[in-house]
Amino acid sequence: MAQGGGRMSLVLANVLNDFGGAIEFLFKQQPSQLDPNTEVGGISEMLDLTLKHLALSASAVAIGTAVAIPLGLYLGHHRKGEFAAINASNVGRAIPTLVLLTVFIAYIGVGFVPIMLSLALLALPPVLTNTWVAVTQVERDSVDAARGMGMTDTEIIRQVELPLSLPTIFAGIRVAAVNVVATATIAPLGSVDSLGTPIISGNVYGADGRLGAAIAVSVLTLAVSGALAALQRAVTPEGLKLGAGEPQRRRLPNLRRREAATS
Amino acid sequence: MNSWLQLGQLEIRERQGGTCEANNGFCPDWIADNLHRYVDPFLQHIFLTVVSVAIGFVIAFALALIAHRKRWLLPPLSASAQILYAIPSVALFLLLLPITGRGTVTGLVALVSYTLIFIFVNVTAGLEAVPKESVDAARGMGLTERQLLWRVEVPLALPEIFAGLRIATTTTVGLAALAFFAGAGGLGEEINADKGFQSNIAVAGALAIGLALVLDLLILIVQWLMTPWRRAAAA
Repeated sequence: MAQGGGRMSLVLANVLNDFGGAIEFLFKQQPSQLDPNTEVGGISEMLDLTLKHLALSASAVAIGTAVAIPLGLYLGHHRKGEFAAINASNVGRAIPTLVLLTVFIAYIGVGFVPIMLSLALLALPPVLTNTWVAVTQVERDSVDAARGMGMTDTEIIRQVELPLSLPTIFAGIRVAAVNVVATATIAPLGSVDSLGTPIISGNVYGADGRLGAAIAVSVLTLAVSGALAALQRAVTPEGLKLGAGEPQRRRLPNLRRREAATS
Repeated sequence: MNSWLQLGQLEIRERQGGTCEANNGFCPDWIADNLHRYVDPFLQHIFLTVVSVAIGFVIAFALALIAHRKRWLLPPLSASAQILYAIPSVALFLLLLPITGRGTVTGLVALVSYTLIFIFVNVTAGLEAVPKESVDAARGMGLTERQLLWRVEVPLALPEIFAGLRIATTTTVGLAALAFFAGAGGLGEEINADKGFQSNIAVAGALAIGLALVLDLLILIVQWLMTPWRRAAAA
């Protein structure tokens, strides 16, 4: 009994020791295990890697979104491509992120552009699916009213369907961004620096660096997810937040389920 | 502790052959000669996926049934599952290393934690969507709460439950490709070992995607077999 307790506390001490070393790595520069003359870790290097991680992720999400939203709006407005738009997410899910990334590495090459494009491809399906679903769920009456007022198709898409769809589209962007930020961790496999660098180059950064980077990546992903959730509330048109959105609200549980199921 | 540092070191695999292999190309001959290398990683990948989805299903299904009875448990349980899911998989595999050590167990723990959200959300949503009339009719026929659950509510929720199972399974196949970070092997280990070689990526990638599609299809067939009344309604 006492022995068991002792072993337990020993294990706990080891775990605390590992995590303590990892957190120290994040804040304090230390000599590399591979080459004692090289300093690794510390706030400045981690901040630098965080910025690179965010730049890579932001470019990928921006490109994926820039393709997915217009495509989704167009297909949704004309009620075309239901099969493709709905199944984009399912197909995307069936392709492991590691496979997506390494296909780009092996067939196109390493470096910022191929890796960023592979992440953009990862960002595309959730935004496309959510945009399509949101546009097709806009009240038929609203679209008819807009048409009756003499709006053209383009005006209807931009002034009626897009604003009403924004909360759902944004939910898709959030899913995409969280996936991309999480996956950018393995970008160093393609020679692009990110917070995953200490993980992939474990021999340079050591065990503390590897665990420290894992903590940093988790915190960053949770922060991005939280920030985008706040932004999502901010982009919801006032009319949908108030009672005016009653018919819309009736559909929301369904959408939320879809959102949860893809996140 | 040092043993898991080797992971990051560049591993150049011995590759013999002509110019195609030297150019990292797509070489059908190399693939035909080397398919046997992928058997064990593929079986390990299947093991990781099936075992984690099975354990995840038992846990999430039980939690969903409890939350169905005790409604106040629903928000905290789904929030916990959401947070677990939000932790990037590579990070979770590494965060578990100091606690559970390197190996298959660590891979399974992380993979199980990712399946929970899909199954929990879909089971609760499915139970929620059971028509009130069906529940009332069953009560009127004198079914006990337990009979009501297993003979009416769960069967009627099966389509949603299977949908959650399918999402969980395809997602797990993808995440298991990263389980090599926990030293749990799988196809990801082969991919990572020679990631610039087109033939290697093609074989291992196709096996992973194929596994996701086949498992998805298998679940769809089981669903078809388990919900005969839906076929009758459709006919």
